[in-house]
Amino acid sequence: MSGPPVVQESPPSAWHMYRAMVGVGLGCGLLIVSVFQLTGPTIARNRAEALRRAIFEVLPGAGSSRTFRVAANDRFEPTEAAGQPGDRLVHAGYDAEQRLVGLAIEAEGMGYQDVIRLLYGYSFAEDAVIGIRVLESRETPGLGDRIETDPAFLANFQRLDVALAPDGSALANPIQAVKRGEKEHAWQVDGITGATISSVAIADILNKSAAWWVPRIRRSLDDFREAP
Amino acid sequence: MTGPLHGTPALGDEFVKGLWRDNPVFVQVLGMCPALAVSNTARNALAMGLATSFVLILSNAVISSLRHVIPKQVRIATYILVIATFVTVVDYAIQAVSLDLHKALGAFISLIVVNCLILGRAEAFASKHGIGRSLLDGLGMGAGFTVALFSLGAVREILGSGTLFGIQVFHADFQPWIVMILPSGGFFTLAAWLLVFNAVTARRARAAEPLEAPR
Amino acid sequence: MTAPARTLEIRTSPHMVSGYSVDTIMFNVVVALLPVTAFAVYAFGLAALLVLSTATVTCLLTERVACRLSGRASSLGDWSVAITGLLYGLTLPPGLPLWMVVVGGVVAVALGKALFGGLGCNPFNPALVGRAFLQAAFPVAMTTWSPAFTSDRFTALGSSTLTLPFTRPLYDAVTSATPLALWKFERQASEVGELALGFIGGSTGETSALLILVGGAYLVARNMMSWQIPVAIFAAVAAFSGALHGLDPETYASPTFMLFSGGLMLGAVFMATDMVGSPMTSGACLLYGAGIGMLVVVIRVWGGMPEGVMYAILLANACTIHLDRWIRPRVYGATAQEAPR
Repeated sequence: MSGPPVVQESPPSAWHMYRAMVGVGLGCGLLIVSVFQLTGPTIARNRAEALRRAIFEVLPGAGSSRTFRVAANDRFEPTEAAGQPGDRLVHAGYDAEQRLVGLAIEAEGMGYQDVIRLLYGYSFAEDAVIGIRVLESRETPGLGDRIETDPAFLANFQRLDVALAPDGSALANPIQAVKRGEKEHAWQVDGITGATISSVAIADILNKSAAWWVPRIRRSLDDFREAP
Repeated sequence: MTGPLHGTPALGDEFVKGLWRDNPVFVQVLGMCPALAVSNTARNALAMGLATSFVLILSNAVISSLRHVIPKQVRIATYILVIATFVTVVDYAIQAVSLDLHKALGAFISLIVVNCLILGRAEAFASKHGIGRSLLDGLGMGAGFTVALFSLGAVREILGSGTLFGIQVFHADFQPWIVMILPSGGFFTLAAWLLVFNAVTARRARAAEPLEAPR
Repeated sequence: MTAPARTLEIRTSPHMVSGYSVDTIMFNVVVALLPVTAFAVYAFGLAALLVLSTATVTCLLTERVACRLSGRASSLGDWSVAITGLLYGLTLPPGLPLWMVVVGGVVAVALGKALFGGLGCNPFNPALVGRAFLQAAFPVAMTTWSPAFTSDRFTALGSSTLTLPFTRPLYDAVTSATPLALWKFERQASEVGELALGFIGGSTGETSALLILVGGAYLVARNMMSWQIPVAIFAAVAAFSGALHGLDPETYASPTFMLFSGGLMLGAVFMATDMVGSPMTSGACLLYGAGIGMLVVVIRVWGGMPEGVMYAILLANACTIHLDRWIRPRVYGATAQEAPR
């Protein structure tokens, strides 16, 4: 800088700087904490509500739900809805008479643009996937995102066969995407024209997830029987 | 020392300048990241604009009121602290109002912290002016930012989905221009608005020739 | 330093008059495109004729308006916009609604050319800019292909062509997948002979590889096009896809299929060689062409879309300025040590 010397101002002492920063920091901290206290319950309620809505959507007929985690011995034990980080969770849905409707399972995998996260409902009675809801996807608007809206595509998941092979260790028939109008078997997914990759991705995600979950669930059915 | 050095512009001008002459998006080209990323629907754009305005106005007010207390060596750190606080407050507020909206805006809420518009106003204006003027400045800049985002978002949503605020504005057979809701559509729309803005500015400058040199 | 006037060709001395002006070259490109255009109309009938003429007229009108708005002298007389329009039309699916053709044509000339400063200043091939915009805006319409050689193609129009502006097209005829899409999604190869002669559906002008090559050969023979670019593209595609095919013929298509399918011929001969977007020296042209060829194979094999010629050329266009900076024309009489800065 040039020109006449600016006012010879001695730099403020460290005390001044600390005082300003700590003071502002304290004020800010207080504000954040009070806002968190104020909004925290509403946010938690919103979250739980969103999850409940998703669960009831993929498990038609369910009116209450309960969350289970996979324990060390591959059995299932009840836990709170959010679970601990690292838990593999499954949500059991019960109807008005407290009978088990099915299980809602979260699954994810690579789509066309980014990871797709979805929730699907599995029913023992039908041995099938009975509903699906995409929780998060960044598929191309207008093309890939029809996996969330296309009625014909979603109709695939009203009853998608995931029966186990006789030895109970794997799916009898892997879930598989086929071209629109070529669906022949109950385990095939009728794809969306123009969104082949996204349709295949959904089928793959379901296939991988069902192959992991269904054998375990079948082995420990009784863990879910008791209603909340 | 309070007030600007060279004359004092009218109070109203502190508000109006953000709307047109110093519009944050169309003239200063600041805060491009949220302007391009979340302007794919009118609702997202409006929410983002309001959230940013909220942070801008409050941080301007707080920083202006503390301007004699904060030593200039630590001013940036302090400003960031204040701004980050209000961003966190907005983040919680939006989550409490609507989780869907929070999901749509995503990481861009937290990124309001690094929106250069806010720190820029704090440093260039609020730290040198009184609370009243700083409030007006924040209000004007925030309104300018919101209007700009909304004009991006409205164009993109109308062409990209055929809707405005989710309400169908075209015939049901409307063919959406998918590119407009993709990131590239943000650039196209911004460029088109800049073209319009500059054409109007140039025409005005020509009309009022000797008054002011073109900027 | 004052900027040289745009009408000058920037070259170091000595200068020799080649006898060719912009007008002559551009007129000859139109001539070279004529057989392809005629075949396109023959193959797809009325629809292709309408798409091609709409594309050309839109581009000409947009240029006219853009020239008037920016106060530049009208450049309609030099045929360059006509070529842009014709090429742009040739890259479109024949059944594309005409209103989309108009939208893309305006984008091609206004965004791809006029905003950069007009003829000679556009870094990207305007025809491809228009097509890329349409591909992003209307992906479904841009990948719906009506079949070639239907019996009533000269008497009837498909319902999609005359779709009302801003509405979704309806397709009455059975649509067909392109050979590349068949390979990508179903691993089904098409007959190479049919591909070369152009009896298989696709974009309006990409069907007959043979006629495109004839047009290119004409331009090369008249010294109006650098042969290095198409040759380098073909060599790179053949070598790269040949190597992949050798590794695993089940997954990777044969090099001949790669060469004759899709828009590769049209792109390599008429788009990549666009004088504005391609590098100046022959060495740089070889590199540029090889880059396009590699990108085409990469996009076709590993990309999400079956075809990648358009994006490959646009990306290579973006590299041209760097290639030109890197490989400079040697100044007459200068030695390597005193290369100009």
